[in-house]
Amino acid sequence: MSAPVVIRGGRIIDPSANTDTVGDLLLQDGVVRSVGDRLGAIDGAIEIDATGRVVSPGFVDVHCHLREPGREDVETIATGAAAAAAGGFTAVCAMPNTDPVTDNQAAVGFVKRQGEAARQARVYPIGAITIGQKGERLAEFGEMVGAGAVAVSDDGKPVVSAQMMRSALEYARTFNIPVADHCEDPTLAAGGAMNEGFISARLGLKGIPAEAEEIMAIRDILLARLTGGHVHLCHMSTVGSVELIRWGKERGIRVTAEVCPHHLSLTEDAVEGYDTNAKMNPPLRTAKDVEALQQAVKDGTIDVIATDHAPHHYDEKEREFSDAPNGIIGLETALAVNITWLVKRGVVDVRTLIEKMSCAPARLFGLPGGTFAKGALGDVTVFDPTAEWKVDAATFRSKGRNTPYRGHTLTGRVDATVVGGRVVFQRGE
Amino acid sequence: MSGLLGKDLLGLEYLTAEQITQVLDTAVPLKEISERAIKKVPTLRGATVVNLFFEASTRTRISFEFAEKRMSADTVNVASAGSSVSKGETLVDTARNLEAMRIDMVVIRHGSSGAARFLAERIESNVINAGDGTHEHPTQGLLDLLTLRDRFGDLRGKRVCICGDVLHSRVARSNIWGLTKLGAEVAVCGPRSLLPNAMEEFNVTIFDRIEQAIEWADALNILRLQLERMQAGHIPSLREYNRVFGVTRERLERAPRDILILHPGPMNRGVEIDSDVADGPHSVILDQVTNGVAVRMAVLYLLAGHNPKLAAAAKGGA
Repeated sequence: MSAPVVIRGGRIIDPSANTDTVGDLLLQDGVVRSVGDRLGAIDGAIEIDATGRVVSPGFVDVHCHLREPGREDVETIATGAAAAAAGGFTAVCAMPNTDPVTDNQAAVGFVKRQGEAARQARVYPIGAITIGQKGERLAEFGEMVGAGAVAVSDDGKPVVSAQMMRSALEYARTFNIPVADHCEDPTLAAGGAMNEGFISARLGLKGIPAEAEEIMAIRDILLARLTGGHVHLCHMSTVGSVELIRWGKERGIRVTAEVCPHHLSLTEDAVEGYDTNAKMNPPLRTAKDVEALQQAVKDGTIDVIATDHAPHHYDEKEREFSDAPNGIIGLETALAVNITWLVKRGVVDVRTLIEKMSCAPARLFGLPGGTFAKGALGDVTVFDPTAEWKVDAATFRSKGRNTPYRGHTLTGRVDATVVGGRVVFQRGE
Repeated sequence: MSGLLGKDLLGLEYLTAEQITQVLDTAVPLKEISERAIKKVPTLRGATVVNLFFEASTRTRISFEFAEKRMSADTVNVASAGSSVSKGETLVDTARNLEAMRIDMVVIRHGSSGAARFLAERIESNVINAGDGTHEHPTQGLLDLLTLRDRFGDLRGKRVCICGDVLHSRVARSNIWGLTKLGAEVAVCGPRSLLPNAMEEFNVTIFDRIEQAIEWADALNILRLQLERMQAGHIPSLREYNRVFGVTRERLERAPRDILILHPGPMNRGVEIDSDVADGPHSVILDQVTNGVAVRMAVLYLLAGHNPKLAAAAKGGA
């Protein structure tokens, strides 16, 4: 039995219980015992001083790539889970586009076991929608859920066939799991390297129009209407997608959506100079899109913020732009990017940010956590919403170094992360 | 080494009107060198230039090689086939290995946009972009400008229409920047499926019909139509392209004024341009090729840190 943990004097914010109070938090036997009451000395307890800090239910990332099995040279489940902990995440959902693809119960079980062995952030596997992510045959959702999968997705690729997507949404209802889709019309996006617009035309890079995403987004929303299934739209990046999601939600369709910190902060301007660390899919868009996405976080059209953490090897990014792979790391910068671009600028308050990074993702994906209800998991993130720090990727726990925020000074820093009542990360002085 | 142009020539977008004018001014006296019986001056003696061509090229590669040799540089040609590139070596490793052999300049042609800049940021040698993907082909832009200037004297207010596949053309981009900076009015004409969606933002006029372009222009720069564009579904057929967008003698005869005809080559006769036009009295297509050597000599000369004002003297062997 691990020692009790007392987190003292912090501002405890739990949107799920409408809590916002300064006080102490006690974790014992891996669960939340006491919220807000001032506590005396507790024998053998681990003390965390949270004065001036925010104490939040642990962050939950419903979208990350941990690369194991297959690309252990760029990330392992252990390094990814450690990076998650350092970024304040107590749980992450690992996308199945591994090698081999996580499309069966044995593979799902492997991811789960590796996550447990790492003893960092909790790792929840996401199973593939189709075998080998080929879009041809449904994977065995039931077996995968039995082995620990919490959702299905062919992320990295869209489910091209509308019929296949329909079946997935219908079939997933049995197991009450979301079907997370990477919305991209592959014919419109083919060969694309960045957002389509004046900058892509100037740089001579093939553009990906916003419509490539929006066409699939509305298709998925309509299929959710048809089937009653829960469609979760990954990494939304355009003003048009926001409008379509709003349209779907107004009609009571079971659509939820996520946005990534980079799409809330950076624009296509970051690609100037052919910086491959500004290359991701969907691509960085325009200032208008960023503005619309920020507002969508505020008004609830977008449910969650997810990282799409995608480590790549230095050599793969250190090359010609069109040949470099898509994706950036995000676990260790997500909180600070969100605070810098959303909270500091007054778009949302810290409470809303916690809702988007902890409560909502846990709720939508049916995960324990995202709350300090008595007896809930002892998953806690302690962060300083005002601390400034300069991004130095060399210090990251992730193996990835591919971040466009390198050298940026950001606001907001994680001080401690507790998973199941066990301190897995604590910032040294 | 750095002078008027800085370390590298990556694109005309990044040059000022003054810099472009100085390159053209520098090229003028250098033209004469190629007219001599002994076509050689010692200006770049001892300098080593590597021509790194990752894409097939005849005209540009030979033009650079002549320019280098007529300036007495030592040159080496590396093509991707038959080099370590075909064994999977990365661009940056290839360049660093070359640089370890103590070279001074690299001329690079590469299929990826931004490849020249990528290289320039990673090696100390001067880098000249000889065409990177669909981004820029600055020396082609410069030789087009020189050819137009030879005929028009001053480009200010002159109307130049770039015709054809602007979407995939690095020549088009370099021309748009160069012409705009020197004060010309620029238009483009082609099927919308071969124009960038954001074309208006380049501040150019767009003509949907070649007849309108011909009525408007003082010069047409007619781009090569890559045959692959048909397979990719951008246009239905070469036959229809010629019928709708081809620059033909009949169409030019209806023009209100003589129109100068440029083409960066290689030409698809009977597709974007008819032979009557290519070989006609207003074609300056071969002048472009001649000017290409002089412009490249000027770029080499300037990147090597020489003074543009002394270009005339360099002819004598400075």
